[in-house]
Formats: sequence, structure tokens, C-alpha cells
Amino acid sequence: MIDSLRVLVLGKLDWSALPHEWFTIGGTVALSGMLLTVIAMLTYFKRWKWLWKEWLTSTDPKRIGIMYIVIAGLMLFRGALDAMMIWIQQSLSLGESHGYLTGPHFQQIFTAHGDIMVFFATMGLLAGLMNLIVPLQIGARDLASPLLNTLGFWLYVGGAILINMFFVFGGEFAAVGWLAQTPLSELQYSPGTGVDYWIWSLQVSGLGSLFTGINFLATIIKMRAPGMTLLRMPAFTWATLCSSVIIITIFPILAITIAMLTLDRYLGTHFFTTTGGGNPMMYINLIWMWGHPEVYVLILPSYGVYSEIVATFSRKRTALYVSNVIGLLGVTAIAMLVWLHHFFTMGAGADVNAAFGISTEFIVLPTALLFASWLLTMFRGRIKLASPMFWFLAFVSTFTFGGLAGMLLAFPAADYQVHNSLFLVAHFHTQIVGGALFGIFAAITYWFPKFTGFKLNETLGKYAVALWLTGFFLAFLPLYILGFMGATRRLDHYTNPSWQPLFMVSVVGFLVLCTGALTQILQIVVSIVQRRQYRDATGDPWDGRTLEWSTPSPVPFYNFTSIPEVHSRDAFWEMKQSGQTAKKHYEDIEVPKNTPFGIYIAAAAFVFGFAMVWHMFLIAAIALVAALLCVIIRTFDEDTEYVLPASKVRELEKAREAA
Amino acid sequence: MTATLVEVHRAEEKARKTYFLFWVYLMTDLLMFAGLFAAFAVLRSNSFSGPTEKDIYQLPLVLAETFILLISSYTAGLAVYSANKGRLKTAQVLLYTTGVLGLSFLTLELTEFSHLISDGNGPSRSAFLSSYFSLVGTHGLHITVGLLWLVILLIFLAKRGLSESMIRKVTLFSMFWHFLDIVWIFIFSIVYLMGVSL
Ligand code: HEM
Ligand SMILES: [Cu+2]
Repeated sequence: MIDSLRVLVLGKLDWSALPHEWFTIGGTVALSGMLLTVIAMLTYFKRWKWLWKEWLTSTDPKRIGIMYIVIAGLMLFRGALDAMMIWIQQSLSLGESHGYLTGPHFQQIFTAHGDIMVFFATMGLLAGLMNLIVPLQIGARDLASPLLNTLGFWLYVGGAILINMFFVFGGEFAAVGWLAQTPLSELQYSPGTGVDYWIWSLQVSGLGSLFTGINFLATIIKMRAPGMTLLRMPAFTWATLCSSVIIITIFPILAITIAMLTLDRYLGTHFFTTTGGGNPMMYINLIWMWGHPEVYVLILPSYGVYSEIVATFSRKRTALYVSNVIGLLGVTAIAMLVWLHHFFTMGAGADVNAAFGISTEFIVLPTALLFASWLLTMFRGRIKLASPMFWFLAFVSTFTFGGLAGMLLAFPAADYQVHNSLFLVAHFHTQIVGGALFGIFAAITYWFPKFTGFKLNETLGKYAVALWLTGFFLAFLPLYILGFMGATRRLDHYTNPSWQPLFMVSVVGFLVLCTGALTQILQIVVSIVQRRQYRDATGDPWDGRTLEWSTPSPVPFYNFTSIPEVHSRDAFWEMKQSGQTAKKHYEDIEVPKNTPFGIYIAAAAFVFGFAMVWHMFLIAAIALVAALLCVIIRTFDEDTEYVLPASKVRELEKAREAA
Repeated sequence: MTATLVEVHRAEEKARKTYFLFWVYLMTDLLMFAGLFAAFAVLRSNSFSGPTEKDIYQLPLVLAETFILLISSYTAGLAVYSANKGRLKTAQVLLYTTGVLGLSFLTLELTEFSHLISDGNGPSRSAFLSSYFSLVGTHGLHITVGLLWLVILLIFLAKRGLSESMIRKVTLFSMFWHFLDIVWIFIFSIVYLMGVSL
């Protein structure tokens, strides 16, 4: 009786799930330490109410954007710890020595590393940037649905917590690689809760990404300022639009693919099993139908960032603007059609492999349009080499390298040699770190003053670029070579002594990368301490071209006192040229109220996911009902906005000008 | 308080945004169904010495389901029309009809499922049955959600009458319902009709 009650409430959870290994104890202590510190600080400084009212329940995309970047920064750190553990193991584990990690533990680490970096670090940073920049660039005050925006953010947070919960309950994460390929991830081969954590974490955060994608598409299509035709949109907005279109297309596929795996594991169906007529290869197809376009979700926004930066720091309009846009659209289209290049070796046959190999190579055409646009924008421009521009130059060198490696991988015959080798690992790290992440760093440097009112220290910024670039090549060039020497990915042990020196060099590279990251932290700290010195009172520190620079820094919560009218591309530049910037008139502004429903619904989703991991079906059902109730209550709430009268706006503006 | 021109304009703007968001959501849902259809197409012949498609489909029953759903879609459409004309009573009756029809559809489907399961042909019997149950069942789950939505909609219609925002909600529901109808047409032709003729 007691026992069946326990199963009903607690499912599979029991004492043995609590931490008892060094890394789970360490993780639990670290996580609870962080939590307690935050709680103590908030209580000591009496900031709970402020946090809840001003931040957690906020519907202001600028606030949400900053929260995204903070959480994603933490996850970047978390993912980097995993990377460090992988690197150390690989530099030690030769011959007699087996390093300091067990095989299964090593597998969990590289799985967590990949998922955290893609879903929670990079995606989070990008969602943050989009929130901060897009409404300002299109002359809007908000997103199409403020509720979907906070909900998307909180689902992302829910997923991020869920992926770390295994430290405290269960002690194991999935040991199946970041995409949990079947049949390995099926119950038969992975009976523990690790894969279930993987499933529910990605399901919860994936839903968040989908909402965010839908919201940005609607915002960009429906909420542009009068006069801003599609071909007058800033490049970053275009890139966000393309990225959102891909998200909307592929995240439903991810959701349903994971759902089918879930059914296999929970209800004994046979989608991807090796028995019962299941087809594991179908999973590989479906997951890469999501997976390949996803890498372009990551890189497209950075393409947009580079276009903005190159134009601003060359003090010229984007050259070949239309080609630039066609380039983005071309990348978007091709990205969705070439997934099979991730499994040429599966044996689909020469014709299929050739078709997908060739279509993959076509990606160079739109990419070349983008590069042509950037080069011609710089050509005869008055280039100012500020640190965002250095990030761009660093990107050009890494990305060309990684792109060429990708072209090689896309030849099926060549790919048979280097598939799943460290050459592949080097390729995609070059693209994601040297492409997407450098773009994000560039963006943060570039737009930082817009949201804080002061610039970042330039000297430290330039050091950071230099360290990242050097560290990057030191860390990843050896991997290209190791790949050619036959080292496959995900090795926790090897016997060939000639590999070790290269692994060692790679570790040194990692250390240099760490100093780069520390320099960036230092840069932020120094800039905050000396913020008077870096203050920018104009709101336009770089002599910018697009509408976000027409607002004061930091941007007021209503963004614009009146919605600007757009007559050309680079609308703000045009206004400056014709001297139209001084005019100001005030109007009533409709502002969305803050809402806790994003948190409530996401919390229910989090509880649901956690309960499902442990087969606590009663609690899962309760959580589901709670989420539904929240949705219903919120849908029928008619009082979600208030009007900020023009007189009040005037008051606020006067107060700001006086300060 | 009479609505000013600006307010009317804002309300229209909001409606357009909401419809657009909902359209995009429907498209994503469609893509999710596409994944299920793809899985079904791959696995439909993997009956693993269990029953094949021909063995289990009962076309007359499915045809009845189809007509019931089509008619319910029609009544949902008429409900939107009446709501826009301000005819609260008619809209309510039509929505009730939609609900009853939806419920009958669901009952028929669940009867079909429970027969299969009690014969030992549940979703874990073979890959074919896994994909069949998931595809048709996901549609059924959507119908269930739709019915739940309908109940809540009717409660609030009785309470609040045909306000601007209630009309919008009726329209959204009807879009959802039509969408499910379209998906069902695909299920009917690709699963059932092709299944018995292939
Ligand atoms: C010039 C353009 C590119 C080409 C031709 C290309 C080609 C390829 C090919 C053929 C593979 C599969 C290799 C194998 O498994 O053996 C691959 C893997 C990968 N690429 Fe690229 N790629 C390009 C750009 C990018 C970009 C821009 C990104 C990310 C921002 C990226 C991220 C990845 C990732 C994450 C993987 C593999 C993941 C895994 O197997 O776990 N690639 N690429
Ligand atoms: Cu790819």
C-alpha cells in the first residue's frame, strides 16, 4: 500500500538517486551554493520585489534580452567546464594511462557539452541579441506577442535548469552524443534516466525557441515602422527574419522526432528500435533534418551583425545590399535541403550521396554574395578599426578556414575518410566558435553602449580578440591534423603516442582561449568601474546608421517617443544627413503590462518534464493541468495593457535630459 | 465610453497580429504532422508479422468519422459568420453542434482504438501500428484539445457575450478546427484510402 503510493507520487525516484560521486556531489554543492548566495544577497539587499517586478515578470524585450544573455553566459561557462574536462582527459589518456575519467562519465560530458553549447549558450545569446536589437531596428516598441516572449524565455530557462538537474537527482546524464542517435538512445541500450533528462530538457527549451521564432517572424512582418519596406530593413533584422524562418520550419520536426523517441522509451513503440520493425536510420534522417538547418540558425544572425558592423565602421552604406539579402535568403533555402551530408556513410547509395554532396557545395554561392557585399562595403570606405571590426576580421580568417573544411567534408568520397573524425570536430567548432560566437562577441561590443550608456574598454577588447584568435587556431588546428592522422571524435583513450603532442598543443590553445574569456570579463569590470570615462551621452557612439542609434542610451522602456517614419535604407543616417533628428513630439503610448504567466506556465512545464523523467505520472498530470489553467486564465484576461499618456512621456524625457 | 478612431485602429492592428501569429503556429503544427506522416510512410509496411493495414482499417466507420468532422467544420464556420453578425444565440447553438459532432468523432475513433488494443494490436505491437496510432492519435489529441477549448469558449461567451475580443477567439477556434479538418482529409486519403488499396 505504502509502496504503491510511493510509486504513484515519486515514480522511480529513491534514495539511490541522490548524489554520491565526486562530480555529482561537486555539482550539487556548486549549484546549491550559487542558489543560496543569490537568495542571501536578494534578501540582504531587500531586492526580491524589485527582481520580481522589474525583471522576472517583465515583458520589455530589452529586459528579457539582458536576462537571456546573463543565463546564456552562465551556460557558456558551464559548457566550457565540460570542454576543459574533455581536453584534460584526452591529453592524459594515452596507452597505459587512462586519464581521470571513466568511459561512461566521459561520454556524458561530451554529450552535455554539445547540448549546452548549442541549445543553451549560443541559442540563448542569439535570442537575447534579437530581443535587444530587432524592435529598435524596425522602429517598434515591442514584439508581436509580449506574452509569448516571456514564455519563450522562461521555457528556455526551464530547459537549462532541467539539463543540470541530473547532478542533484539521478547522477547521470545521457551518454549518447549531443543528438542522442538511435538505437543507442533507446531503452534497451540506455536504460537510465540520462536520456530522459536529455529528452525533456530539449523538449521544454525547444518549445521556447519555437515560440521565439514565431514571435520574431510576426514582429518583423507586421510591426515595422511606416515606410520601412522589406528592402529597407537593416541587415541584422533580415538575418533574424531568416533565422526565425528556419526555426519555425525545423523545431516542429525536432519536437516530433524527440516525441517519437519518447514513445519508444515510455510506451514501448517501435519507431527507431532494432526490433518490432523499427527503423533507427529514420531517426538519423529526422534529427539531421533539424540539425543541419540549426547550424544556420546559429550563424545567420552573426552574418547580420557583421553586415551592420562593416557598414558602420566603413562609414558607407552596405554595398550590394540586395545581393546581401539574396545571400541570406539563399543560405536559408539551401540550409534546409542538404541534411544528408551528415550521414553519407550510412549507405544511401552513390546517387543520393552525390545529389546531396553537390547541393551542399552550392552553399558557397550565397555565402560568396555575403562576402562580396562585406568586401565591397569596406572597399574605399573610411575604415575605423574599432574592436567590433577586429572581431569581424577574426571571423573572416576562421570562417574561411572552416568553410573550406566543410567543402571537403561535403565530397562523399572524401567524407568516408574523415567522417566523425577530429577533422569534423575541428570543422564545426571553427564555424560555431569562429563564426557564430565571434559574431555574438562583436555584437555585444557594438551594442553594449546602447543599453548601458557607456562603451567597453577598447584596448582590452582588442586584446580579447587577439587572444581568442590565437587560442582558437592553437586549439583547433591540431584537431584538423589529428583527424587526418586517424583520430576519431569522442575518444576517451588512445594508443598512438604520436597523437599526444598535438593534443597537448590543443590544451595550450584552450588555456589561451580561457585568458581571452578572462580578458573579456576584465574588460566588462573595468568598463563598469570607469563608466564615467566611457560614458556616451549622445546615444550614437559609433556614428551609426540604423534606427536603434536614434534613441537615447540607455533606451527608455517605450523605445521611441514617437514612431519614426522611414524614407530609405539606413534611416537614421538619412535623418542625420537631412538634419531631422531634433524634432520630437509626444504621443500616448500603449504599454504591455508585466505578467507572471510566462514564469507560471514555464514552471509548470519544468515540473512536468522533471516528473516525466522520474515517471511521477501523477505530478506530471497535475503540472499539465496547472499549465492549462494558466493559459486559460491569461487568454481571457482582457486587461493586459495600459496607456502611458503623452504628458507623462514628456515628463520622463525632460527628467532624463536633465540628468 | 465610445471608442475613438485611434482605439479602433489599435484593436484592428491587434487582431491582425493575433491572426498572423496563429497562422504561423498552425503551419508549425502542420510541419509536426508532416514528421508523423513521414514516419508513417516509412513504417507502414513494417507490420512485423502482426496485422497489416488491410487487416485493421474499417472504411465505413472512417467514412462516417470523415463526414462528421466535415459537417462540424461547416458549423464552426457558420458560427464565426453569426458571431460577426452579432447573433449570439445562433453562434452558441452552432458551436454546441460543433462540439457534439467533435465528441462523436472522438468516440468513434476511441472505439476503433480500443478494439485494436483489446485484440492485442496496440501501438507496441509493430512499427506500423506505432506510427499509425501516433499519427491518428495525435490528430485525436488535437481534437480533444479543441473540444476543451470549445467548452471554455462557450462558458465565456455566455458570460461576456460577443465582445470584439470574443469574436476574435471564436474565429481563432474555428481556424484551428478547419485546420484539423484538413489534416484529417490527409489522414483519410493517405492512411486509410491508400492503405486499403495499396
Ligand atoms: C561552407 C559551408 C559548410 C559546409 C560545406 C559544411 C559541410 C559539412 C559537412 C559535410 C558536415 C558533415 C561531416 C561529417 O559528419 O563527416 C558538416 C558537419 C557539421 N557542420 Fe558544417 N558545413 C558548412 C558550414 C557550417 C556552418 C556555418 C556551421 C555552423 C555554424 C556548421 C556546423 C556543422 C556541425 C555542427 C557539424 C556536425 C555535427 C556533428 O556531426 O555532430 N557547418 N558540415
Ligand atoms: Cu550540415
